[in-house]
Amino acid sequence: MTAELLTDITIFVLALLVGFEVISKVPATLHTPLMSAANSIHGIILAGAMLIAVTADNALGYILAFVAAAFAAMNVVGGYVVTGRMLKMFRRSRAPVPAADTPAAVNGQRTGGRG
Amino acid sequence: MTTFHWVTQLLYVASAVCFVLGLHLMNSPATARRGNQVSTGGMALAIATTFALVVHAGTVTATGWIVMIAGILVGAGAGLYSARTVQMTAMPQLVSLFNAVGGGAAALVAVHDYVRLAGATTGVPESTTIPTILDVLIGAVTFSGSIIAAGKLQGVINAAPVTFRGSRAANIAAAVVGVGGGAYMIAAPSVPVMIIIILAALAFGVTMVMPIGGADMPVVISLLNAFTGTAVAMAGFVIGNWALIIAGALVGASGSILTKLMADAMNRSLRNIMIGGFGTGDSTPAVAGPGGDVRSVAADDAAIQLAYAQKIIIVPGYGLAAAQAQHQVAELAALLEERGAEVSYAIHPVAGRMPGHMNVLLAEANVPYPQLKEMEEINPEFSRADVALVIGANDVTNPAARRVGTAISGMPILDVDQAKSIIVIKRSMGHGYAGIDNELYVNPKTSMLFADAKSALTDLIASVKTLVG
Repeated sequence: MTAELLTDITIFVLALLVGFEVISKVPATLHTPLMSAANSIHGIILAGAMLIAVTADNALGYILAFVAAAFAAMNVVGGYVVTGRMLKMFRRSRAPVPAADTPAAVNGQRTGGRG
Repeated sequence: MTTFHWVTQLLYVASAVCFVLGLHLMNSPATARRGNQVSTGGMALAIATTFALVVHAGTVTATGWIVMIAGILVGAGAGLYSARTVQMTAMPQLVSLFNAVGGGAAALVAVHDYVRLAGATTGVPESTTIPTILDVLIGAVTFSGSIIAAGKLQGVINAAPVTFRGSRAANIAAAVVGVGGGAYMIAAPSVPVMIIIILAALAFGVTMVMPIGGADMPVVISLLNAFTGTAVAMAGFVIGNWALIIAGALVGASGSILTKLMADAMNRSLRNIMIGGFGTGDSTPAVAGPGGDVRSVAADDAAIQLAYAQKIIIVPGYGLAAAQAQHQVAELAALLEERGAEVSYAIHPVAGRMPGHMNVLLAEANVPYPQLKEMEEINPEFSRADVALVIGANDVTNPAARRVGTAISGMPILDVDQAKSIIVIKRSMGHGYAGIDNELYVNPKTSMLFADAKSALTDLIASVKTLVG
């Protein structure tokens, strides 16, 4: 057991507690965006995937580096973009939706004015 | 420690602060977007810092650079394309898919490190072995489990609980092999054993999720999200990276809380998810199918019923979302409100496919927040409602949940059957994700309007306007 491991465990436990504390306050309406946001944060594994390349020097290492980087980049980029798209739709009032890239606008399915 | 390492560690701390602040800002719809931006900023900082670390190491071969950058470009392209084109209704599948690749990447990071250390003369230190085992086990379970979950939601894989003779035994066997192999690895480092436990964990993920019905899938996705966070934190232990440990732990904690909230809302126990056979009950599916006749109604008649109702409760479900009819329902509601009716929406905690999913869809259609009522709030109001308009909701309205021995027993439902009359818009008598008949449809008070949600609502709007406008 090394001093580094002890530090790592301390950080891990404290981060867990911060996670519980920060998240238990989020209202139900935001649970889907929250799940998506949390999903994008674990895309940090991209950092780990990039660091594979530092020690990779054979075919197996290169394959692992490629697949891990592709998986992680998909997680992080897709996660943030989709969360942003969802949150863009939350509005307090009935203000008209700007013709942004909401799926309805993309599909030309917006019905226009309300009765 | 060199100055360079000091700076990179401090930058990692800064990005961790961004993640915490980002999640904190998600406390309210007003600041949620900013929260996502702050979190994105933290991520960009962490990736840039890692890039600097990689360059500084100076040991990356030309091939290493090519595979790394090609991998990032391929993955980023796939992620960007799917995130921009996905329909809001298919969101849960996509989250599940991103979750799968995240878990897979976490496992691969540890695999690489372990193979490298096992080949070296120094051997694998114990402080690396244990997190490696945890990382590959959790990461592999998440990878296969999330893919099965996404497949079930997409309809590629049978959404009904799938069990076969000995499926529970296979599940337990996979767990025993995984844990036993892990214990062996602590005693004697072995790459072949690691491959065996990865295969066992992949099998465990499949046998864990297959017996779970689609209606319970949100809980599973949330649980797997927490798993990925934990796997990422373990990967952080393996390679000694604080950013991974902190971000992974944050997600592990958030996923656990969400899972608990969701499981509570559905009255399910988490223990049963892990054991398998979740939600299937311990008996054969109840035989008590629809005993009565189904009454079908035309759009004109339904429109008249709605037009003269004082209190209307709209129950939106997945069918509404799948038909992209959220704008039509908002238009119909506004029309009825103009005629003096009181209109509200009953939002089941898992309406749509995830908690809050229906809120996202209705927000897209500009429905004001105050009209969206949560289950506990709206259930006592059904008995005073003249009409309950159920649009493409199925399992969450099924009174069978109040009896024991059905696939959805114990699941909290909306008390739609208490309303004075009920109109159900649905394409067919097909089953919901739980795969059972809905007893609401044969209730004498119920009339069925068989049509796609969008065309039915368009017809209703036209009929209300012409007949009574």
